[in-house]
Amino acid sequence: MDTVLQWFLAPLQYEFMLKAVLMSGFVGMVCAVLSCYMTLKGWALMGDAVSHSVTPGIVLAYIFNLPFALGAFVFGVGSVLAIGFIQSRTRIKEDTVIGLVFTGFFALGLVLISKNPSNIDLMHILFGNVLGISTADIIQTLVIGTFTLAALLLLRKDLLLFCFDPTHARSIGLNTTALYYTLLTLLSLTIVVALQSVGIILVVAMLITPGAIAYLLSDRFDHMLGLAVFSGVFSSVMGTYVSYYLDASTGGCIVLLQTILFVITMICAPKHGLLVNIHKSVH
Amino acid sequence: MLHSSFPMGSSPVGRSSAIQVENVTVNYNGKVALHGATLSLQTGAIAGLVGMNGSGKSTLFKAIMGFVPPTTGRVLINGLPTRQAQKRGLVAYVPQSEEVDWNFPISVAEVVMMGRYGHMNFLRIPSKQDRQIVANCLERVQMTAFRDRQIGELSGGQKKRAFLARALAQQGTVLLLDEPFTGVDIKTEKAIVELLMELRQQGHTILVSTHDLTSVSTFCDQVVFINQTILAYGATQDVFTPENLTRTFGGVMPHVQAHHGQAQAGRPDRPNQSESNPSQLVPLGPDPLKPDPLKPDPLNPEQ
Repeated sequence: MDTVLQWFLAPLQYEFMLKAVLMSGFVGMVCAVLSCYMTLKGWALMGDAVSHSVTPGIVLAYIFNLPFALGAFVFGVGSVLAIGFIQSRTRIKEDTVIGLVFTGFFALGLVLISKNPSNIDLMHILFGNVLGISTADIIQTLVIGTFTLAALLLLRKDLLLFCFDPTHARSIGLNTTALYYTLLTLLSLTIVVALQSVGIILVVAMLITPGAIAYLLSDRFDHMLGLAVFSGVFSSVMGTYVSYYLDASTGGCIVLLQTILFVITMICAPKHGLLVNIHKSVH
Repeated sequence: MLHSSFPMGSSPVGRSSAIQVENVTVNYNGKVALHGATLSLQTGAIAGLVGMNGSGKSTLFKAIMGFVPPTTGRVLINGLPTRQAQKRGLVAYVPQSEEVDWNFPISVAEVVMMGRYGHMNFLRIPSKQDRQIVANCLERVQMTAFRDRQIGELSGGQKKRAFLARALAQQGTVLLLDEPFTGVDIKTEKAIVELLMELRQQGHTILVSTHDLTSVSTFCDQVVFINQTILAYGATQDVFTPENLTRTFGGVMPHVQAHHGQAQAGRPDRPNQSESNPSQLVPLGPDPLKPDPLKPDPLNPEQ
């Protein structure tokens, strides 16, 4: 018992670890709540697109000494608008448009980084740097994350209706266009929050895996929300510890742990798991 | 027929019309899906919308519900533009079963409660009255026992009734049902028809799109025939004629007995077919019609 406690407590004597554990837990929670909507709405690809598209925004923000969240947000929303514009004006299918837009934005980001190498660390943007997070970044992440979380929870029922049945949402007079952009805005903000811990490349995992795990375990949205938050916070905190002890990439450890949780759930889930399904089809 | 009591329902025709479609044309990707559609449905009546797959039935529904912008023309519901009517909660819509994600983590009671959202504040916290209405609506469609089931765990008929309960909970005066009889058993169909007739008694206006010509002639006061445009509409006894049926179904309906009252003749049990199966169009007699394989598919934007 003591060794286990020691395993958890010892790293926390370092301030950077204490910050990292708390921040990744917080980030895990915000992402988990959003991930429920992403999985139900089928927006995984959209999440991937927005997360890559924020790259040039972050670089420009550093160059012009603005909050990186602002740059990320502008380019995140910009990518979505570009996707919507191209899709409505051409005959190209949606997944192609998404692929086109986000690789274009991402490439722009890479070029900008390579032309301004001074104080931007490409690796930190791509893979996160929660162990070296600055106080200013912590405050920014906390403010944006709290706002996003509050919005997601306050608008929970409307967003859920929008995911489930936008037709009905419209027919009772709700503004579904506004709900669409609200959810996209919250997606962009969540990505800004999550960049700190896992970076651009792996952000999409934080935005879908907890939701996917919870979806296999529950037939009620409220349960799903709770389960997603549990798995998201658990894997974020544990992943940070594991990365400390293994001296391995933090983002990588967090996402790998999430994926392991998902595989276990997929096999063992009591109602929608593979084992149960095999059992059902045999009998 | 009950007389209208809608304050906004004034209409130039004298008798108030609950749904008024004026010269509506809808284009999908440059193709015309619905052309110059005009119709007027009176308040407190059941209207059947009859047409083949791809005839524009769903497009007309979408145009009435404001989901697709018409290229020309306009739609009025109780004298109001669709959007305003929706904001007042006047229009309830029961979707086709294929349009619903049945794996969604939501219970029957939660779905019905969504019918009340328009009556709540922005946090959507249900009041005692909302809960009471939901309970009543579940009772009315005999779904109380299933209120806590996840919606995917229901039978075809129960699924329909759950969404019907949601439409009831909304307490609108105009009800649109898209293919409510597809994939349900005879017992549920009867129950739905009875409920619709009850709602008509209370002054609701109901538009039902259907393949089922038999039921149309038995419970619909009005019929609308559609094939890329509105071919005919009016009181069932006036427009439910062999000529209109032939025009609607492009001459592939030789067996139809259009005399009202005769249509209840025996009909085979309808299996759960998907909408894309054209043979489902003709559940009319012991020997269902076969669609002409040489006939090219009509323009079909709704699939």
